[in-house]
Amino acid sequence: MSTESLKYLNPESQTDLKTKVFPRPGQNTTGVINWLTTIDHKKIGVMYGMAALFFLILGGVEALLIRSQLWNHNMDILSNREYNQMFTMHGTTMVFLVIMPLSAAFFNFIMPLQIGARDVAFPRINTLSLWCFIAGGLILNLSWICTGGSPAIGWFGYAPLTDTRFAEVLGDMGPDFWIFSLQILGLASLLASFNFITTIINMRAPGMTMMRLPVFTWMTLIVSFLIILAFPAITIALVELMFDRTYGTNFYDFLEGGKPHLWQHLFWIFGHPEVYILILPAMGIISEIIPVFSRKPLFGYGLIIFSGAIIGFMGFAVWSHHMFTTGMGIVATSAFSILTMLIAIPTGVKIFNWIGTMWGGRIRFDTPMLFALGFITMFMVGGFTGIMHSSVPIDAQHQDSYFVVAHFHYVLIGGALFGLFAGFYFWLPKLTGKILSEKLGKFVFTLMFLGFNLTFFPMHYLGMIGQPRRTHSYNEGHGFETWNQIATVGAFILGVGIAVGVYQFVTAAFNKKLKPAGKNPWDARTLEWTLSSPVKEYNFARTPIIKSRDQAWENNYGDKDKHSEKEPLGDHGVHMPDRSWCPLISGIGLFVFVLGMLFRKTIEVSDNFLATPYEVAIGGCSVFILGIIMWSLEGPGGYHLFPKENEE
Amino acid sequence: MSEAAAHAIDHHEPETSTGIPNKKVLMWAFLGSDCMFFGTLISTHLIYRKISATVGGNFLDIREIFDIELTSFSTFILLASSLFMALAVSAIHKGNLTSTRWMLFGTIVFGAIFLGCQVYEFTHFVHAAGNELTLSSYRGEPHVFGSTFYVLTGTHGTHVAIGVFWLIGWLIYSFTGKMSTADAMDIECCGLYWHFVDIVWILIFPVVYLMEYAF
Ligand code: HEM
Ligand SMILES: [Cu+2]
Repeated sequence: MSTESLKYLNPESQTDLKTKVFPRPGQNTTGVINWLTTIDHKKIGVMYGMAALFFLILGGVEALLIRSQLWNHNMDILSNREYNQMFTMHGTTMVFLVIMPLSAAFFNFIMPLQIGARDVAFPRINTLSLWCFIAGGLILNLSWICTGGSPAIGWFGYAPLTDTRFAEVLGDMGPDFWIFSLQILGLASLLASFNFITTIINMRAPGMTMMRLPVFTWMTLIVSFLIILAFPAITIALVELMFDRTYGTNFYDFLEGGKPHLWQHLFWIFGHPEVYILILPAMGIISEIIPVFSRKPLFGYGLIIFSGAIIGFMGFAVWSHHMFTTGMGIVATSAFSILTMLIAIPTGVKIFNWIGTMWGGRIRFDTPMLFALGFITMFMVGGFTGIMHSSVPIDAQHQDSYFVVAHFHYVLIGGALFGLFAGFYFWLPKLTGKILSEKLGKFVFTLMFLGFNLTFFPMHYLGMIGQPRRTHSYNEGHGFETWNQIATVGAFILGVGIAVGVYQFVTAAFNKKLKPAGKNPWDARTLEWTLSSPVKEYNFARTPIIKSRDQAWENNYGDKDKHSEKEPLGDHGVHMPDRSWCPLISGIGLFVFVLGMLFRKTIEVSDNFLATPYEVAIGGCSVFILGIIMWSLEGPGGYHLFPKENEE
Repeated sequence: MSEAAAHAIDHHEPETSTGIPNKKVLMWAFLGSDCMFFGTLISTHLIYRKISATVGGNFLDIREIFDIELTSFSTFILLASSLFMALAVSAIHKGNLTSTRWMLFGTIVFGAIFLGCQVYEFTHFVHAAGNELTLSSYRGEPHVFGSTFYVLTGTHGTHVAIGVFWLIGWLIYSFTGKMSTADAMDIECCGLYWHFVDIVWILIFPVVYLMEYAF
């Protein structure tokens, strides 16, 4: 072997060389280009949040249409098929386009600040996840105008509802839009999770050991692991379904040897971890809020984290409790039943931790705390009904009835959404630098709490007396009317509450009347509260050296040796990564690719105006690949900032 | 040399909490996730293998169309490519550009041979006279084996193809004069991916091919 040694370029000229490949917007870019090319985790978090709030309103309107249809017996506001489309789109939107991205918004915005990092590990990949999420949301909702309209298959798309034979009869293209949008949303979640895992494992400030990480960051880590291990199951299930629908394979086609049952298994192997993906971030949020408003450290920090990890782990072993009535056999059914009962234990442990934190504390009932308390109480109701379903004979009664609808709305709205709203009220001052109106906040909480319980509590009873789930209308004489009407009234109250809340969040940044927040308006405990509000683009002027778990609190009240210190700035200043067009370009490429695949199919079904064979798909794919190539050639780039000595 | 290299690496890869470079952690996380992708595919295949052997009386004995000698050969080739990959990583760490190039080239060629075998195999199966196995049918009748078989091995093939293109990218890059030991970490990640894809095949080969002769 010859040993031609390598030439070394000095690092500075290397960055120069790399940035010349494609012009990158400068550091002072403003306006739209600023948002399109940003790789700042805080801005990305804001965009995630804004888009998700938009979808929250959209999904909410769908829900109100569903509730209006059920106002009375034999109503006809929506046709059968429209009704099915409505609950499919509502469920898919709320799970994948609202709760998950809202959690991602908090992961993005808060987590790096909590661990003392300047950004996530891979800022450009982070941006690509954002664009993938937006593309997925658009594609799902484009289905409204496709041949046959939106999917009418339920959020879990059970086979054989997704069979192509419906496409032949009804021109039903909805499932294809559903498949592709979930696929691209899955990509967004996977990329984001790889990034968060790397960030939390590798980018912690000196002294920030794993057991000093704030609980929210811990939950981010656990959820990210859940995502990377659970999403593959649905991705493959969807690939198989796509092959079934596009290339005629027989995975789920009963008439040709496939087993629809397999879809249920694959979906729920993903689906159950998914419900923990939805709830753990909210649990992380309220684990931050409750100590602050009780003015006590979190009770049982280690236990909360450990039980979170146990929940995550066991979450992979209970999926078949969604399939008790499919006849899996006694052994399997009993095993899943027992495991489902067991998983309630770590969940209960957390509840006691929160109660223990409040016990003997000096509790302040500000809006974030109200939502956190709402979370605990409402989530408990949902948890109890969950334990009820875990008993097989009882579940045989519950399955596919309104009782299940009540269960999962108690955990998803009363749990996840309340937790996320708590997070908004808690952390928006950090984002905007202004205190939100407490009066309006309490008004929102009251409306939501009332409306929510009015809507969903009667559903327990409705389920018990036999109202089935996913039913377009019911006949007279079952006694369903009264409770449905109460539920519908409640839904509108809840809707108004959410709308006012969203209005409050979205306008917070522009509202001139709000008071400035200062660094630490709540006298909170974790590292992000040592920074100025709004946070500077470089987060930490000088990297903090962490000495304790509740660093902001210790800095204010703790012993001298527990105060955090700061690393010197160094001659390089703060290294900031450059903006980039590449994530956006790749994202657009992916979007066009998917549209190409979809419209190609649409023509087969009907004479659509967009006569596109594979060209569009290939074009989009090329743009995507081009984006990736430019991405790897341009390198991370970067520039240096020199904050003043006392700036934070 | 080592000083300059250390400097270059320093600038690209800031110190991390664990001391492991970020890209490597990312790659490991991805591979963990990829395990689940293949796990799902392989389970699908195993579940269907027996319960759908006969669809509508159309009994499939896959041994009649498998060409186990060819697949054993391509398995061997893929394994050998892993050796080249390991040598490429070690060469770039030592700063030996020529050797890096040759080893990358070797990996690419062997990867391409494997892909060639797979393409040959697929076309051969689809057109096997009297025993045509397509995505949706066997001998012209509906069947599931083709579905699970092609989608599973095809997904693996796609992984190999992506790896080959990635390596070609590095090979081209090595001629621009910009390659340095600072790239060693990136090539190592590429290597991790390549070895992983190999290991997956080591699982697929017995489970999908050899098992048909045993059970
Ligand atoms: C105490 C813990 C929990 C237990 C024991 C539990 C148990 C169950 C069971 C057995 C079912 C199936 C009911 C049926 O279809 O017959 C179910 C459904 C469901 N659960 Fe839970 N659950 C728990 C917590 C949660 C949480 C935290 C979430 C989400 C944040 C959640 C979301 C759901 C959803 C969305 C469904 C309905 C899925 C569907 O059929 O569309 N559950 N739960
Ligand atoms: Cu479940």
